[in-house]
Amino acid sequence: MLIAFKLKLALICAAGFAGPLAVAPLLIDNGTPDAGQYDRPSIVELRPGSMSYRVHGDFTHAGKQAAAPLAQVSLSRPLSIMKHQVSASDYQRCVDDRACRPLDRGVVVAADRPAVQVNWHDANGYAAWLSRKTGETYRLPSDEEWAFAAGSRFRDDGAAVDDNDPSKRWIARYEREASGIPSDAATRSFGSFGANENGLQDVGGNVWEWTSTCFVRHVIDDAGNVASKSPNCGVRIVEGQHRAYVTDFIRDARAGGCAVGVPPDNLGFRLVVDRNKWPSMPNLVGRVASGLRAFL
Amino acid sequence: MIMMNRRNLLLGAALSTMMLATPALAAEELKLPRQHIDLVAPPFVHAHEQATKAGPKIMEFTMKIEEKKVVIDDQGTTFQAMTFNGSMPGPLMVVHEGDYVELTLINPDTNTMPHNIDFHSATGALGGGALTLVNPGEQVVLRWKATRTGTFVYHCAPGGPMIPWHVVSGMNGAIMVLPRDGLNDGKGHALKYDKIFYIGEQDMYVPRDEKGKFKSYESPGEAYNDTVEVMRKLTPTHVVFNGRANALTGKNALTAKVGETVLIVHSQANRDSRPHLIGGHGDYVWETGKFSNPPETGLETWFIRGGSAGAALYKFLQPGIYAYVTHNLIEAAELGATAHFKVEGKWNDDLMTQVKAPGEIPTTKTQ
Repeated sequence: MLIAFKLKLALICAAGFAGPLAVAPLLIDNGTPDAGQYDRPSIVELRPGSMSYRVHGDFTHAGKQAAAPLAQVSLSRPLSIMKHQVSASDYQRCVDDRACRPLDRGVVVAADRPAVQVNWHDANGYAAWLSRKTGETYRLPSDEEWAFAAGSRFRDDGAAVDDNDPSKRWIARYEREASGIPSDAATRSFGSFGANENGLQDVGGNVWEWTSTCFVRHVIDDAGNVASKSPNCGVRIVEGQHRAYVTDFIRDARAGGCAVGVPPDNLGFRLVVDRNKWPSMPNLVGRVASGLRAFL
Repeated sequence: MIMMNRRNLLLGAALSTMMLATPALAAEELKLPRQHIDLVAPPFVHAHEQATKAGPKIMEFTMKIEEKKVVIDDQGTTFQAMTFNGSMPGPLMVVHEGDYVELTLINPDTNTMPHNIDFHSATGALGGGALTLVNPGEQVVLRWKATRTGTFVYHCAPGGPMIPWHVVSGMNGAIMVLPRDGLNDGKGHALKYDKIFYIGEQDMYVPRDEKGKFKSYESPGEAYNDTVEVMRKLTPTHVVFNGRANALTGKNALTAKVGETVLIVHSQANRDSRPHLIGGHGDYVWETGKFSNPPETGLETWFIRGGSAGAALYKFLQPGIYAYVTHNLIEAAELGATAHFKVEGKWNDDLMTQVKAPGEIPTTKTQ
C-alpha cells in the first residue's frame, strides 16, 4: 500500500535539474601538481544528471515497517570522484606522515591495491590529510553521490514489506546479498573488477566503500511524506555489492554486523574532490532549472 | 620431513605386526545380505531408512583418503587438509543396530602419509585403528558390528603426535547407528525427521609468519612443525563447520520449510562445542548422541563434548533466516563457526510480532 506514494525528499542539490544531459564520463587531466608536492589521484568527472534512487535508511509508517521509496534524485553540479579506491600505498604515506592510523598487518601495501580494513574515521583522516597536502577539498561521497557515480553497478536494495510476514523481506534480502560476485576477500590489483560506464574502476568488487551518509530512520505520514527523521551517525553507509550499515569504528566488517546477513568482504573508500573553482556551470544549471520551474 | 616419515614408517611397521597377528574372519562366514552405500559429502547424508523391518545386513562403504591443499576462509587462507573421501569432515555414515559396517579404506599413492581409522562406535583394536593403517598405495578392508546406537565420531589415529595433527587437519567424521525401529522420545513414541544435516565442526591451527599473515605450505609435512607449535597453545585460528568459514551460509545455507522436522547431527572430534540455533530450539536432543538414553527436550543450547557427536531434532515453526552457531560467539563470529538455515513458510504472528517498529521514545507528559 505504501509503494506508490511520492516523497518529497531533500535532494542533494535542490535545483531539481533533470535534463537530458548524458552522464558521460570525462577524465580530467590532472594538470600541474600543486608545486610538485603530491601526485594527485586520477579523478573521474561526472556531468550533472539525475537518477532513480532507492532512498537509504529505514522507514516506518504508523508504527510498522515500510518499504524504502524510490526517488528521483538530481545532481546539479559536476561530481569529481576518484577513478580508483584509495590505494594502500597512498594511505601508507599518510601513515608515514603520522596523520593516519596504521593499516592492519596483513593488508597488502601496494600502489595498485586498495587500502582495506579502514574504518570511517580512518577514511576521513586520510581525506583531511590529502586536502592539506594538495590544497584541495577531498571528502567522502554521500550515499547519493556514490550511487550516481556507481551508475549501473548501484544495487537497488528495495524490498517489499509484507505486514503479515516479515520473513519474506529477510529472505529476499539474504538471497540478494548472497548472489553477489563470488570471490574471496583477498584484495586484487586495480581494474580486476572492471570499470563501469562512468570509468570508475572496481565498483562493486570485493571492497565496500565508506560514504558520509548516516543511518537514518524515517517516519512516513499518511500522505507518503517523510514526517520525521532520526539519524544515527555512529553508523554510516558503506556501498558495494550491496548497501550495508556499518558502525564507524569497525575496520573489518566480515565478522561484524548481524548474525544472518552477508557482510562486506573489505572496507575501503574513494573520495570526492570539491572543485569550487569550476566555471559557473553549476550556477547556470541552477538558474536554468529554477527558471524552468518558475515557468512551469 | 624425513624424520617424520621415518617415524611413521616405524609406527606403521609396529601396527602391521598387530594386523598380521589378528585372525581374519572370512566374509563368507556371515550369511547376511549386503548393501553398498555411496557416501555423500556433508552437510548432506546418504539415503537411508529411519526404521527398518529388514534384518541385519553387511553395509559396505568405500572411503578414499585425500591429502590436498584447500582454502578455509574468505581471505584465501590455505590449509594442508587430510580428508576422508575428500571432504572436511568426512561423510556421515548411517547404519542400524546389528548391522555390520564393512569399510574399504583406500590410501592412494598420490598421498604422502600413512593413515587409518578409529571408529568410536566399534569395539576393540583401538576402534579399528590398529587394523587399518595403510601406507600410500595400499588399501584395507575392516568389518565391525554396530552394537551400540547413537551418533559417534570416527577419526584418523596413526599413532603418537600424528593423531591430533591428522584429526585437526580434517580426518574426522561421524557415523549414526540407528535403532532398528528408529528414534524415539524415551517414552515409547517414535520420532521421525523429514531432513537430516550433518555438521562437522573443526578447530584449525594455522601458523602465521613474522608479520602475522597466515602461512601457506606446499605439503602436509612442511606444515607439520609450525602447526604443532600453534596446536600446543590450544588456541585455534579457525573454528569452522564443514571445512571452511562460510561453508554453510549464503548460497550454501541449509534449507527447510516451516513444519519440517530436521535432525542435525553435530560432531567435534577434538574440542568442546555448544551448538545453538538462534531463534529456534532443540525439541529433542541427544546431547551425548546415544539413542539408548532418552533425549532431553526443549533445549536452548546443547553441549558436544570434544570427541563425540550429538543429535538434535527440531521442527521449524517460523520462516526466516536462522543462524546455527557454537554459542561461544567469539568462535561463531570471529573464527567461523556459523551456519545459516533458510526456512520458508508462513509467518506465525502468535509466536512473534513486532507490535511497534523501532522509533523515537515517546515523551511522557508529567503534570
